[in-house]
Amino acid sequence: MKLIWIITKRELKSFFDSLMAYIMIIAFLGFTGFFTWLYGADVFFVNQASLQSFFGISYWTLFFFIPALTMRLIAEENKTGTIELLLTKPVNDWQVVMGKFLGTLLLIVIALALTIPYYITVINLGKIDHGAVWSGYPGLILMSAAYISIGLFASSITNNQIIAFLLAIFIGIMFHIIFDVLANNMAGTIGGIFSYLSISSHFESISRGVIDSKDLIYFLSITFICLFSTETVLAKRNLVD
Amino acid sequence: MDIIVENFTKKYGSQRAVDNISFQVRPGEVLGFLGPNGAGKTTTMKAITCFLAPTEGDIKVGGHSILSAPEKVKKLIGYLSEQNPLYLDMPVLDYLKFVAEMQGIKKEKIRNRIREMVIICGLEGEKHKKIGELSKGYRQRVGLAQALIHDPDVLIFDEPTVGLDPNQIAEIRTLIRSIGRSKTVVLSSHILAEVEATCDRILIINKGKIVADGTADDLRKRAQGREVLRISIEGGEQNDIFQAIRQIETIEMIDPLPMKQCSFEIQSRENLSSRRNLFTMCVEKGWFLTEMTPIETKLEDIFRELTVN
Repeated sequence: MKLIWIITKRELKSFFDSLMAYIMIIAFLGFTGFFTWLYGADVFFVNQASLQSFFGISYWTLFFFIPALTMRLIAEENKTGTIELLLTKPVNDWQVVMGKFLGTLLLIVIALALTIPYYITVINLGKIDHGAVWSGYPGLILMSAAYISIGLFASSITNNQIIAFLLAIFIGIMFHIIFDVLANNMAGTIGGIFSYLSISSHFESISRGVIDSKDLIYFLSITFICLFSTETVLAKRNLVD
Repeated sequence: MDIIVENFTKKYGSQRAVDNISFQVRPGEVLGFLGPNGAGKTTTMKAITCFLAPTEGDIKVGGHSILSAPEKVKKLIGYLSEQNPLYLDMPVLDYLKFVAEMQGIKKEKIRNRIREMVIICGLEGEKHKKIGELSKGYRQRVGLAQALIHDPDVLIFDEPTVGLDPNQIAEIRTLIRSIGRSKTVVLSSHILAEVEATCDRILIINKGKIVADGTADDLRKRAQGREVLRISIEGGEQNDIFQAIRQIETIEMIDPLPMKQCSFEIQSRENLSSRRNLFTMCVEKGWFLTEMTPIETKLEDIFRELTVN
């Protein structure tokens, strides 16, 4: 546990050292702020004291930003060989994967925490559905966890960061859009399966204020499966082939 | 802390990078690991550090197996790998702190330990810089510092002096020598002088198999066997001298040197020396012996002989 935390700290620090974290946070706040307050279906246009428009735009912004954060996590270490250095320290592969995962998740949590002023502002504008906000944030975090783990997996199977980025976007877009589209075009059981696989349906119900164990299990299982696959890829160097 | 390698085999695909090798490193010994490129040195070292698992066989460090207790083994080992990969965007001190924490050094001791390492490895002037800004030699020192920071009993150095200038090479050799008094060190290299200067014992591997094992003197003795002399004689005709030397019965082979008149390379018969005979011959004929140099078999030659097919 302590070792995971040490790696988490290092990852988080390296995001801030490389300016990546600042760029990501500023861009995130810029995008979400613009679309929440100034343009499109913003709070004033909808004329409701709710953060639905913020959750909607975060849903898209994080989808693009997270692969950019995760692409270097393992690919870079593979390329420069530092992975060897890390794995010859008294840690196991799982701790390394968890540390990197938590470091990125923590950065997302920091970025989301910085949007709490939006919440406070909206409270002052009118009567707000607190339940929707209080489940919307965990919803975003759960979704981020799923995308981070997908990104981490993509990063582990290559040592080229661009490929890792594109692969993460590619896998992500399946869950983000394609399963949803397929679900709408197909009826019956298959449609049901695609609908269950699509992130958007799960995210929508959470951001409306309904936390269902079905959605929770969905996000956590994506996260777990991807983290486990990442560990397997890391351990592959030991496999007898 | 000893290292026991038992029937270690590593295959990459169908290729056997290391083929069933076994050896031991005793506590306090500095073992030099020699071999041409691709002989399996690095693979063996990576296996000892638990980065690669063996296809067959086992390696035990201080009694712990790399298969069943890798985390215990990793704690005992300080490792400097060949390319010396480092996090280039981290400052030196932060990096050393990160490694110290990973190695489980107690919080209150970390500061002192880092200060000691900075002094031992000569990083005082560079400690606030990012590792990416350092020159190759200083990066190598950072690599050494991170390997030594938890005061490990076993040190694995994969080509520690590659890319350093002669002063730095000398410094690192001295450092390895002084560390080697109390710790077990395995050092790989293909610079033979380096291995000879720093190691108690030499292990030569080729194509994944051990081809020689012993001290530098052992290896030399084994390869040498016969006395080889280079001599120059003045005061006579080339042909007369050649004929006269041929008469000496302890000599097996004479080889005139093409560049110089009246110079020869002479090989004696096994276990015999021709020096006295050559001298008396010159005295008898009234010639002057201007050069007589014994040619020692160099470690290079042994290495070539063992590793070239």
